[in-house]
Amino acid sequence: MILWLTIIGMGLITFGLRLGPIVLLERFPLNDRLRQALRFVPAAVLSAIIWPELLQPGGVLDLSWGNERLLAGLAAVLVAGYSRNVLWTIGAGMALLWLLQYALAGG
Amino acid sequence: MVPEARPPATIIRTELLAGFKVELPIAVGVVPFGMIFGVLALAAGVPPLLALAMSAIVFAGSAQFIAVQLISAASPAVILLSTTLVVNLRHLLYSASLAPHLRHLSPAWRWLLAYLLTDEAYAVVAVHYQDKSQPATYKHYYFLSAGLTLWLAWQVSTAVGLFLGAQIPASWSLDFTLALTFIGIVVPTLLTKRGLDRPNLAAALSAGLVAVLTFHWPYKLGLMAAALVGIGVGSWYGRQRRPG
Repeated sequence: MILWLTIIGMGLITFGLRLGPIVLLERFPLNDRLRQALRFVPAAVLSAIIWPELLQPGGVLDLSWGNERLLAGLAAVLVAGYSRNVLWTIGAGMALLWLLQYALAGG
Repeated sequence: MVPEARPPATIIRTELLAGFKVELPIAVGVVPFGMIFGVLALAAGVPPLLALAMSAIVFAGSAQFIAVQLISAASPAVILLSTTLVVNLRHLLYSASLAPHLRHLSPAWRWLLAYLLTDEAYAVVAVHYQDKSQPATYKHYYFLSAGLTLWLAWQVSTAVGLFLGAQIPASWSLDFTLALTFIGIVVPTLLTKRGLDRPNLAAALSAGLVAVLTFHWPYKLGLMAAALVGIGVGSWYGRQRRPG
């Protein structure tokens, strides 16, 4: 029940952000400082999710060669930089992760 | 410019068709993500009906991906809501930039178009409004058609992902596609034609570092801290480089 209400709340917040300026902009123009800060939102939020996924799989910091997710993730960063394509990035990262899991499992 | 105005019905049909045509390849590109969302939601223990509702009610890909991760970590509602707010703040910008073009529309039209205002719809609609060779009066039909095309692709692909997700074993590590999706989105934004977008890179590195250091904070509060530090560092760096 809580989860349902939360999702409705998420929907209302998202809708409010999308509708607000369309309805209110004549009264509240967006200030420059906020406009510039918004530019960094995707990189900051997404990096805050990516880093622990790569460095702390299972909740413990792991900087060893045995951390397949870190290695596959670093390779994915390179693929993303060169290809600028999300699907290529996912494909390459998953392929390498599976290869490393197979190799490290002593295959 | 056409000197003699065409009857609106023809213009409306042209706008609807053009919006659909331009959005179609983007919608096709979104299908794998909708499917991955469905798969991840199941893997995170989100009930299928709730995942479907999320796609219909929230209708914002990145916020939904993050929400699934937060739900699987048993985060409280306030974290889900505040994260949604931060992640979707960019929509304020989209809405603000389109607002002048939508002034002549009825409230019902504005509300409907606001609901459909995703990254993928904004990208094509903003470009269409910039094209001054055609009058803007009926361009909201283009917006409607592009938005609905993407909406349909998102709902259907979520359902397909939920169906497929039930057949895929956990040993496939498909949860890792989330981090990979985000890497694919973020890394290109750190690069410019000439090299690196340094303020954005500073935001990404500082946010990532803070996220790792605050990983054990309760309720995923570290995520918010990291995002705010990243945004602050990026803004500060940007101002140092371009004073005034």
